[in-house]
Amino acid sequence: MRSHAKRLPSRPVILLLQLGVLIAFFLIWHVLTDTKILSPFFFGTPGAVLARTWADFVSGVIWYHLGITLLETALAFVIGTVAGIAFGFWFARAPLVSLVFDPYIKAINALPRVVLAPIFALWLGLGIWSKVALGVTLVFFIVFFNVYQGVKEVSPVVLANARMLGASSRDLFRHVYLPSALSWVFSSLHTAVGFAMVGAVVGEYLGSAAGLGYRIHQAEGVFDTVGVFSGMLVLTIFVVLIDAAVTMIEKRLLHWRPQDTSGGQH
Amino acid sequence: MAEAAAAPALQLDGVTCTFPSPDGRGRSYTAVQGASFTVADGEFVSIVGPTGSGKSTMLNVAAGLLKPSEGRALSFGQPVTGINPKAGYMFQAEALMPWKSALDNVAAGLEFRGVSKAEARERALPWLSRVGLEGFGDRFPHQLSGGMRKRVALAQTLIVDPKIILMDEPFSALDVQTRQMMENELLDLWAADRKSVVFITHDLEEAIAMSDRVLVLSAGPGARLIGEYRIDLDRPRDVAEIRMTPQFLALHKEIWGQLRDEVLKGYAQTKLR
Repeated sequence: MRSHAKRLPSRPVILLLQLGVLIAFFLIWHVLTDTKILSPFFFGTPGAVLARTWADFVSGVIWYHLGITLLETALAFVIGTVAGIAFGFWFARAPLVSLVFDPYIKAINALPRVVLAPIFALWLGLGIWSKVALGVTLVFFIVFFNVYQGVKEVSPVVLANARMLGASSRDLFRHVYLPSALSWVFSSLHTAVGFAMVGAVVGEYLGSAAGLGYRIHQAEGVFDTVGVFSGMLVLTIFVVLIDAAVTMIEKRLLHWRPQDTSGGQH
Repeated sequence: MAEAAAAPALQLDGVTCTFPSPDGRGRSYTAVQGASFTVADGEFVSIVGPTGSGKSTMLNVAAGLLKPSEGRALSFGQPVTGINPKAGYMFQAEALMPWKSALDNVAAGLEFRGVSKAEARERALPWLSRVGLEGFGDRFPHQLSGGMRKRVALAQTLIVDPKIILMDEPFSALDVQTRQMMENELLDLWAADRKSVVFITHDLEEAIAMSDRVLVLSAGPGARLIGEYRIDLDRPRDVAEIRMTPQFLALHKEIWGQLRDEVLKGYAQTKLR
């Protein structure tokens, strides 16, 4: 594809342009609030937001809340992924089970998960586990559907070939089904991690005593727009860093796959 | 033919394969109708027929991947029930595990047989060089060319030492030059330890150039075996050169005379569909 595309500038130039967009955004924001076209009370000012964020990091208050959100995200991701893989395999290998449960899986997946947050808070308290539970309900379905697909879409020829080479059903699981399913899980890793994070933050936002979502909620409660924007900034940086880490892990684990595809299989 | 002393490598007895029709209306589709033939130990037999004549179906029956609706398959005197353990299968489509390197793909069959991973890899190395892929062991299938992938598949099939090799148009996706090279290499490997081969192709020239015997299948549905030709060309052969010899041309003319009508029928069928 690359050879057919128009000649694009080199990587450093693109990076510079990307940085330019960021600076332009802050500049416009600054000019608009400085000239009072936008009220600093409702929109904050970039200077104040950056200063607040900096102060939070230097004083160390933010680290504790970041840690809590990170822990919730990690737990939701791990539990949701393991459960998704287990159930995905089970459903894909047991057609009757998948047929019987199909409408219920679809119904639960169609339910907006936010409405579960108060229930989880009621059941599991205001600590981290109600947020983990919310994250799990989000992560589980992504992983579940991908594993299900991965097992179903194993090439029948590859399967027949492995059987002709003498593979037992255990061999087939280990050498054919699992690698195929995992490749689908990894291709949805970005979404899964993102959803684990959404679960954690939304959970905190709706009722908690710690975490980034809690901080944003607190700031909103006292019309502290600078605090809200500062919380959003920290959250964004945090997500970008996690996403970069996921990309690295993905490259390492999926090195057998052609690089030119846009994430989809085949 | 000597009976009990040397049971044929493969024997199909009146094999009929009927499939439910794809639209589920109850009308079924018969791919193969009453196919019977034998392949002697060490013999190279090709089956030619027009597209859609159920060639692969017969091979799948021989491999034990498909249970025939009627009739039975025997391999070295043993009825084929479930996967035929004496058979190796080279598929037309890509069959390598894309998540395994070339070396691990070749070693897979040994691993499935309980050989440790380290030993399986060690024994796979010489097989990679035998198919001309020395130094390519750590490449993944998508990093290899189509011809190289076929070589890996060949090594993967041969490493477990099958007594009979079933090949379903294994080289049909390759360009002519690569294909002739692969055909010669296959003949060399085959000459080294004379396994039985059932080679399926729609290319009559390929069939004649490689085989001891050519079977002709009629157009589907309900394909039947309608011809059998012994190819008494000298071995060793070079598949490119042998095509120029008068004996080859005579055989080709004779078999093509029968095959042409079936190809035309098969073509009319596909147009109707």
